[in-house]
Amino acid sequence: MSALAALTGLTGLTLAEARAGLRARRFSAHELAAAYIAAMEQARPLNAYITETPERALEMAAAADRRIAKGEGRPLDGIPIAVKDLFCTAGTLTTAASHILDGFTPPYEATVTEKLWEAGAVLLGKTNLDEFAMGSSTTTSFYGPTENPWRRAGDNRPLAPGGSSGGSAAAVAAHAALGATGTDTGGSIRQPASFCGIVGLKPTYGRCSRWGVVAYASSLDHPGPLARSVRDAAILLGAMAGHDPKDSTSAPLPVPDYEAALGGGIKGLRVGIPREYRAPGMPAEIEALWQEGARWLREAGAEPVDVSLKLSRYALPAYYIIAPAEASSNLARYDGVRFGLRVPGDSLDDMYELTRAQGFGAEVKRRVLIGTYVLSAGYYDAYYLKAQKVRALIARDFTAAFERVDCLLTPTAPSAAFAIGDHSDDPIAMYLNDVFTIPANLAGLPAISVPAGLSADGLPLGLQVIGRAFDEATVLRVGEAIERAAHFTHRPSFIAGMGQ
Amino acid sequence: MALDKAEVAHIAALARIRLDESELEPLAAQLTRILGWIEQLAEVDTADVAPMTSVAAAGLPMREDAVSDGGRRDAILGNAPRSAPEGPARGFFAVPKVVE
Repeated sequence: MSALAALTGLTGLTLAEARAGLRARRFSAHELAAAYIAAMEQARPLNAYITETPERALEMAAAADRRIAKGEGRPLDGIPIAVKDLFCTAGTLTTAASHILDGFTPPYEATVTEKLWEAGAVLLGKTNLDEFAMGSSTTTSFYGPTENPWRRAGDNRPLAPGGSSGGSAAAVAAHAALGATGTDTGGSIRQPASFCGIVGLKPTYGRCSRWGVVAYASSLDHPGPLARSVRDAAILLGAMAGHDPKDSTSAPLPVPDYEAALGGGIKGLRVGIPREYRAPGMPAEIEALWQEGARWLREAGAEPVDVSLKLSRYALPAYYIIAPAEASSNLARYDGVRFGLRVPGDSLDDMYELTRAQGFGAEVKRRVLIGTYVLSAGYYDAYYLKAQKVRALIARDFTAAFERVDCLLTPTAPSAAFAIGDHSDDPIAMYLNDVFTIPANLAGLPAISVPAGLSADGLPLGLQVIGRAFDEATVLRVGEAIERAAHFTHRPSFIAGMGQ
Repeated sequence: MALDKAEVAHIAALARIRLDESELEPLAAQLTRILGWIEQLAEVDTADVAPMTSVAAAGLPMREDAVSDGGRRDAILGNAPRSAPEGPARGFFAVPKVVE
């Protein structure tokens, strides 16, 4: 057991350690679930969960215990996890953190969560997010902002956990879940992982099914795991990934054993350092951490290689055409007729307009309006088509780079966590949070964020590894090498069960 | 490209989002600023580049043209804000009257 485990009991274990303990019957799934239910309650001031499901967790844990007792244990039997409230969970409220989905209880289960339950995982609850996953701070939720469990050294102001999977990241970092699902459309798994000092993995587009995940921008949405170690992320991905005929973009490819890919080291790997990511105005401490990361990988036997991704700086503006365009189409379904909020009106159009006016928050409205505009007659070619062409060139840059290297190393985000409320009056400043993460969404490539160091004021900073399509194994191996070298043992100010 | 209040009102009508008169001016300013920032894409030479619609392998998967799901009317209506519990409209979503 690690030192932390000794301090906090069962909730101090990593997922891999908890799995070993359950299999060896050192403790039961019931005991582990009960410990996490208590942790989830203690972590309530963070507002990481929108809905807690303790009864369901205990039922699922009891079923896991019965299977383990019969020697029929499954890969994740008894592992308590949190689910971003963008995944439809049958019989459990699903909100997308939006007023417009008031009371929506899906009659069906998302493929990714279905796979997790089939593997034996236990649902603790549904986590907070930016409304419809549109944001980088988890402050636009109808259910209020989530707080980052980290605080700056000597400064007690609450910080944002990043977003949009900020509830998942905060819950995992605060040991109020053993792991979590997230979704990443422009960085929504990796940036909150970086801000909260945990691991976040966006798999290749098509690796994890989008079926049953509330859609934001369908060509960019990627479900993936958040966890406290690279190994834990590999274990969760293994259970979440796989072909799904219900998602026509799901890849009909076998899922490798990601855990088995770990431990092999990175000797001889060529790691690209994209020079265009050296953005003007990037904080010196992030530049320094990036160079240190390259040095760690060199010391582990890899070879850093200077590469060019010429069009990187255009990824962000291209994204802010494509994502709102797809969102304006996807969100047309929220009309007050079939589910969620209805605001009565004198006519059908009146009802639509009033429902959407009251049901959507400011950022969602902004993006739906931008999307409607760029798709409207006369502007389609100038904006939407142009952005899709730039997207093709960005993907081409990556393809060319991957002819020379096996993966790429970059910072995850251009800053550490910011205070709740920062950037809220300046959409573009908020969008810039995702400057290093968005290119991998446009190209659909797998990418991981691994905690690598602390900022001068004591907040976690992540490094990102981007890999070739469907080569999550290399991404995980390089992530593990960073994890080993960084030896990131810093802890947030708040850990459930430890007091402040 | 500067958007004025009338254009914002037009887009909002297309998007079926009711805006108050007082919201138009600030939104026009915000959207103008965002679109101005987006317009840097004009610097990229995209002549002869085919637009990329998806990173997924080209071509949609085919399946047999047969019913694979259905018969779930009650589950589908279960989340409706209004549906008729009985009578001739049972099994339908209820909305304000659309024909005179």
